[in-house]
Amino acid sequence: MREAAIVSQSNPLQRIPGVAIVLVLLIALFSAIAPGFLSVANLSNVLVQSTILTMLALPMTLIIMTEGLDLSMGAVLTLTSLCVALVSLATHSMLLGLGAGLLVGVAFGLANGWLVAILGIPPFVATLGTLGMAQGLSLIVSDGQSVVGIPHSVRDIYSATLLGVPVPIVMALVTYAAFHGLLYHTRFGTYIFALGGNREALRYAGLSPNRLLIAVYALGGAMAGIAGLLMTARMNSGHPTAGLGLEFDAIAAVAVGGTSFERGNGWLLGTLLGVLSVGVLRNGLNLISLPSSVQVASVGVLVIVALFLDGLRSRA
Amino acid sequence: MTDITKDAMMPSRSFLSQDAIQVFYRLLAALLICAVLAVLSDSFLSLGNILNVLRQASLTFFIASGLTLVVLTAGLDLSVGANVALSACIAGTVIHKTGSPALGILTGLACGGLVGLLNGIMVTALRIPSFIATYGMLWVLNGLTYWYMAGETLHGFPAGFRQIGSGYLFGLPIPVYLLLVFLGIGTFFAQRTIWGQEIYAIGANPVAARLSGIPVARRLLLVYAVSGTMAGLASIIFLSRLNSAEADIGESLTLPAIAAVLIGGTSLFGGVGTVFGTFIGALILTLVLNGMNLLSVSANWQPLVTGVIVILAVWLDMKTRRRAQ
Repeated sequence: MREAAIVSQSNPLQRIPGVAIVLVLLIALFSAIAPGFLSVANLSNVLVQSTILTMLALPMTLIIMTEGLDLSMGAVLTLTSLCVALVSLATHSMLLGLGAGLLVGVAFGLANGWLVAILGIPPFVATLGTLGMAQGLSLIVSDGQSVVGIPHSVRDIYSATLLGVPVPIVMALVTYAAFHGLLYHTRFGTYIFALGGNREALRYAGLSPNRLLIAVYALGGAMAGIAGLLMTARMNSGHPTAGLGLEFDAIAAVAVGGTSFERGNGWLLGTLLGVLSVGVLRNGLNLISLPSSVQVASVGVLVIVALFLDGLRSRA
Repeated sequence: MTDITKDAMMPSRSFLSQDAIQVFYRLLAALLICAVLAVLSDSFLSLGNILNVLRQASLTFFIASGLTLVVLTAGLDLSVGANVALSACIAGTVIHKTGSPALGILTGLACGGLVGLLNGIMVTALRIPSFIATYGMLWVLNGLTYWYMAGETLHGFPAGFRQIGSGYLFGLPIPVYLLLVFLGIGTFFAQRTIWGQEIYAIGANPVAARLSGIPVARRLLLVYAVSGTMAGLASIIFLSRLNSAEADIGESLTLPAIAAVLIGGTSLFGGVGTVFGTFIGALILTLVLNGMNLLSVSANWQPLVTGVIVILAVWLDMKTRRRAQ
């Protein structure tokens, strides 16, 4: 089993089929049954709508690679989105809003990392607890109401273009490039592989696995902060349930993308294709006028199937 | 039964006295909270409020008791809240369509049990880690329920049916009697039957359990099915108490149920805990939330406080176990 893991890690091309086939099948399916799916306007819509998910799914990949999980990401994004809305409303400054969102996101990320690494609480329970805390804080700061009337400078981020490319897509591409560089071309990235695969080796090499683990969760919190800005810009408001369940789409993208929950190997390009698969699935179901409830259920089925296949592979 | 099987079960028996001490501490904590609340609020000690606390605690307990068995096997069932919502909506529809509460109750229990069984199959046959499998199930159920209800609310059920959740017998709410019954059944099953002891053994050491001949997969299927059925039972109580069903009623139920199990001293790592502890856990959580309510703290604070309690409970559990070793 360990040999299989090493082989697939050294040759990620082996894993292309899984998620690429899923994506191609979904595109073929909806091209056939959903009118207007293949139009340029709709496809660019899918891309723009996938940007927030990209920003959550990339750090989620790293977290899952450490044999962890962050269930609080959607709730933290909701809270950071509200912070962006409230602070930018009060100060008329987009940057101060982003700063507040980042601060809150990183605080939650550090808390998650501390609970998991230092206290040793299993990640899914630790982050379930912080999920409740972020959800509660969202209700408290917003008093359960939408925050409206946010400045143009925030809203424009979602609709503006750079050299003809929508700014959210530029942000997502930059994020992807940064994560790619971080994971595959820095020592920190190598250590992340070791956190999931061989934590003892890190200790023998004189490194602190705990500090690395906290850094990985903090990175997730920071990305939830940046994604919170995009969410506020997209909805032109802050809403106490805006990010509800987004962590599930992120986990789905990671699982479909071929990152294993048990073997400490991850694949960022797979996650990106996974994000697109989830985006195409939701968009296509929307076009054939199935309600968002059916979209949620089908993403759930997608995850279970992906994990089942992952389990089969790890036993093969 | 072979001698080996008996040996495998020995640790859980010797934990029993340790369990008794843990439960005693938690009873003390519950009494302490009561004392503080009695001082802080005049209305806390009123009969109406105490009955209200018991009724609320019983609702949490129904979900949490089945969940306790799952956690005893070192698993987790995150789908219980969503299961309650789906079961309540389906049971409510059946009662509306057929006019028969009995048929509705059976459908609700069957729906809950079936969902639990599916969870069990994902964990045993497909070997998906339980927290991820049941988390996926959560969203599948959520989606199904919202799609099925399409924004509608089911409203108005027969008076006899509503007695289950809101009626009284000899001055006590009927859910409290149900609580006592299921507390008895759960405790007896876990402590006094071979299957119950096998569940402890699976949680304490799954490899040893399998080697000593315990049918691990079948017992796991059983605990997930029981957890689902208890969610189905809770859905019936909810339905008859609220006299209405909506797609979103389950959203705020999962975290409190997990909190009750963990406060009650059941270890996330399996093999340690009692159903009675979970009852005390449900009581403590309800007392805290009730106290916040009496002191006019906004309900918006409840998820925050519940989240903190979950983390504190796990942390305390890990500290005591570490010291015990």
